[in-house]
Formats: sequence, structure tokens, C-alpha cells
Amino acid sequence: MNVLLNEMAEQEKLKHFIARIDAGEKIEADDWMPEDYRGTLIKLISMHGISEIMGALPEKEWVPKAPTLNRKLGIMAKVQDEMGHGQLLLRVVEDLLRPFAKKREDLMQDLFNGDLKFHNVFHMEAKTWGDAGLIGWLVDGAAIISQTNMLGASYGPYSRALHRICAEEVFHAQHGEAIIMALAEGTKEQRKLVQDSIDYWWESLLLFFGPPSKKEVGSSKQDVTIRYKIRTSTNEELRQAFFSKYVKRILSLGYTIPDETLRFDEESKTWIYQQPDWSKLKVLARNEGPRSQDRLKLRRISYENNKWVREALAPKVI
Amino acid sequence: MENESLKNLAIKELLLQLADDDFIHAYRGSEWLGLAPHIEEDVASSSIAQDTMGHAVIYYKLLEEIGEGTADWLAHDRQAHERRNAIILEAANGPGHYMKDPDYDWAFAVVRNYFYTQAKAIRIQSLQSSSYAPLAEVAQKVQMELYYHLMHWKVWFVQLLGSGHKEAVSRMKTAIEKTLPDFAGIFSLGQFGEEMVEQGLIEGEAAIQKKWIDAVTPIFESVGVATTFEIGMEKGDGRNGVHTEDLKTALDTLSEVYASDKAASW
Repeated sequence: MNVLLNEMAEQEKLKHFIARIDAGEKIEADDWMPEDYRGTLIKLISMHGISEIMGALPEKEWVPKAPTLNRKLGIMAKVQDEMGHGQLLLRVVEDLLRPFAKKREDLMQDLFNGDLKFHNVFHMEAKTWGDAGLIGWLVDGAAIISQTNMLGASYGPYSRALHRICAEEVFHAQHGEAIIMALAEGTKEQRKLVQDSIDYWWESLLLFFGPPSKKEVGSSKQDVTIRYKIRTSTNEELRQAFFSKYVKRILSLGYTIPDETLRFDEESKTWIYQQPDWSKLKVLARNEGPRSQDRLKLRRISYENNKWVREALAPKVI
Repeated sequence: MENESLKNLAIKELLLQLADDDFIHAYRGSEWLGLAPHIEEDVASSSIAQDTMGHAVIYYKLLEEIGEGTADWLAHDRQAHERRNAIILEAANGPGHYMKDPDYDWAFAVVRNYFYTQAKAIRIQSLQSSSYAPLAEVAQKVQMELYYHLMHWKVWFVQLLGSGHKEAVSRMKTAIEKTLPDFAGIFSLGQFGEEMVEQGLIEGEAAIQKKWIDAVTPIFESVGVATTFEIGMEKGDGRNGVHTEDLKTALDTLSEVYASDKAASW
């Protein structure tokens, strides 16, 4: 009898919950929420947070090498922002993890053992200063498109964090664009840096938004995130928005895009493009990308080297 | 006339010392990015490194204004023997490279950062009454940010040295023993030091060193650690262009892209 009552109560709670998000209300950390909502948020936000942190590493490689003092200051500020976003997001996840008694430490362990994934773009190499610029311009540009899509997320703490993050990301994209513009207006070698970067990053940028549906990689969270009003657009809609925003800009600088089939179809009002190799997302999710293991190793080294610091700062057991 | 040119030389030397110190210190700080003990510290210390690079830029710009070359040239295109930074600031964070197997020592980072920031705060205090007006003016600005830098590193220093954690205390003591023998390089004003003091650009080496000892002594006492402050300049005086291999390696990295085309606009 009690079990039945609890069941009923759960269903009542779910109904109430759905009514709240449908009415545009924000769900807060201590509010009741269905388990799959909590689970989806944990997966989404922990991946977003850890991606900001792992994403600082490819650019960090270029922080000391930035070619002028202004560029040094710019990229230092940007990478620091990314770390700050990571921190902000991990705090949001920590609240969601409370019922499972999991902490930051567990998230780091999940990262090291491969359970917690980070975004495909941050598995790639940043080989040149051109790549450092392109990451700011197009990777952050893509991130802005996918993150502004979640500004109205039904989960209040995530929505608020995203408002701050997106405001800063706009500066990052401008910082990246400024680097690219200087190279585009520069010498032959400088111009080539940009073309090489576009050629190298194009496929990753398409993969970034995720597969159009379940059939490409076997699973997709997009339906449930839309149902729970965490986001509004599908992966494909976001990718289309990316094309609309950037294809013309890239071409107008005199660069080419490594896809001869890319065109805007007036009739269907969509961009037709060469599908990326979706199986690569699976490879990267297994941490088998060009720089996956090196970057994980950096974090692991820092985690192990600083073990004594964490111990020394830990509250004393009396 | 001769006095005037000697004064100009003293101004230039002092600005180079200030700029080069902060430039290399900010670089060592930025190498830590992503490797600090926790994410909060990554955010805080990369913010400090960014401020510090900003200070270097301020001094390089003052040099640019008096015709010593562009700020970017001064930062990227001078050889190691032309640099005026103290040797202790160029020392690597530890074995390994910031992109591969960095075996960095947080204790050394905390000790060097605290000691240097304390010295910088005293120097900046002195520069606020410098007879060279542009320097007195920027000292005011730098001081505002330094307040927070100093508080940050002091907290780390006290927490780790006073933690009672055996390994932490031992690592901190080792780091102190590694830092002090070269720390006089920070106070050195180099071969034109007397002229700097005579012209009222800055207080003398001994005065600044004494203020530094007065500032850090109570901090050591607060955690019950006795020290004799045997401060030296074992590896030489960076103010006079003496440097180690660590600086050369750092400069190669710092100027890698710049040097790929010095005439290009980046």
C-alpha cells in the first residue's frame, strides 16, 4: 500500500515538474526533479565543464608563444576565462551530484578513467599560431551557437552560468577573429597558416554539434534535452546556423572550405554539405584522438604531483 | 650634460630591470596554467600571471616612450645577455616542459611567488616617490593589483608551511633553501645602482632588502619556523646580464612565433 502511495506521489511530482517547466519556471538545485532529468543535466554539464578545462590546454600551448605583448595578454585572459567557466560549471554539477555523495574528486577520476568525456575539438592538435586563432574564432564561435541555444534552460543554475559564459565567449570569438584577420592581411606564409587551420579543423567543427540523429552514432541525448526544455534546437539546426554565420565570412577572406559539395539550397533553405565521418566521434569518446592521451596525461601528472598539496590543505581529522 | 646622460642611463636600466623581472615571472606563471593544484587556483594564479604580464607591458611602454625600441621588440628580440631580470625568476618551475611531462613543484612556486611579490610590493612602494614622474605614476596603478597578489601568495605560504603536514613542510623548507641563495638578485640594482639612488629614482638595495626581511619575518614566526635569511646571489647578478640556460630556453619559446617573421604584423 505504501509502495503504491509512493508511486502515486512520484507521478504527481512528475506532473507538477513538467507543468513547471512548461510554464517556463526555473528548476533550482534543491527542487524535486525526475532522475533522468538530473542524470541528463549531470552528463551535459559535467562534459561542458570538463571540456572548458581540457579546452584550456590546446590554447595554453600558445600562451607563451603569442607573437606580441597584446596577443600574449589577450590569450592569457581568454584561457583564464575558460578555466573560470570550468570552475563555475563544476560547481553547478557538484550540487546535482549531492544525492549520490559524489564530489569533484570523483569527477576527476571519471575523467582519468574515460567515463567523463570532453568535447571532440579538444582532442585535436593546435599545431600553429593559426590554430590558436582559429580555435578562438570558429571553435568558440560554434560554442556560442550551441550555448546560446541553452540560455533559457529550465535548470536555473545552468542557465545563469551560461549567461555569464556566453557574454565572455563573445570576447573570445572577437579575440580569435582579430588574430585571424591579422594573419589574413599578412604575408603569404601568414595567410597559409589560416588556410591550413581551416582545412584541419573543418571536420571537427561539423562534428562539434553532434550527429543529426541517433542513427549516426547509436545514441543521442537531443530529444530528451529538448523535451526537458534544456535546449530548443536540434544538432542539425545548430550546425545550419553555424554555416549561415561563418561560410560567407570564411569565403570573403579569400579562403576555401574543404568541401566542394557545400552550398545553400534556396528551395529547402538548408545548407547541403559533405557529412563528416561520424565514427570519429566514437574514436574521440574513447580518448583515442591525436592529442587525447597527452592532454589527459598533463592533467593526471598535475593531479598526482599535487597530491601532497590537497592532503596538506584537507581539514584535520580530530 | 654628462650627468644628464648618466641619469637617462640609470632610468633605462631601472625600467629594464622592472620590465624583465615581470616578463619572465609572468611567463613562469603561465607555464603553470592547467597544472595548478586545483581549478580555483588555476583561475586565480592565471589571473595574477596576466596582471604581471600587464605590468611588464607598462614598463616596456615607458621604455618605448623614451626611444629604447618598441615594447614588442624589447620583450621578444633581446638576447639573454641583454636581459636584466633577477636569475631566481628565470629558474624553471621544475624538470620537464610545460607541454610534456611537467614535473613542477608547487612549493617552489609558492615560495618564489610570495618572496618576489613581497619584494615587488616594497619596491613599488618606493617607486611611488620616485623622482622620475612617469614611474611614480605607474607605481600607483601597479600597487592596487599587487595588494591582492601578495595576499594570495601569503595565504598559500602560511597554509603550506604552517600545515603541520610532514611532506608539505619539508617541501616548503627545501623550496626556501633553494630560493634564498639567489634572492639577493631581486634587490640588486646592478652597475648603475648608485646613480639610481643618487637621482632619487628608487631606494637603495640594502634599504629594500631590510624592509623585505622585516615584512617576511613575522610571517615565518606566525607558523613557528625560524630562519636566518642567508640571502645571496650564487648564480650571479642578472641585472648585469649574467643568466642561466633556463632563460635562453624560455626566450626561445616566448619569441618562437615572433621570430618566425619579425617584420610581419601579428
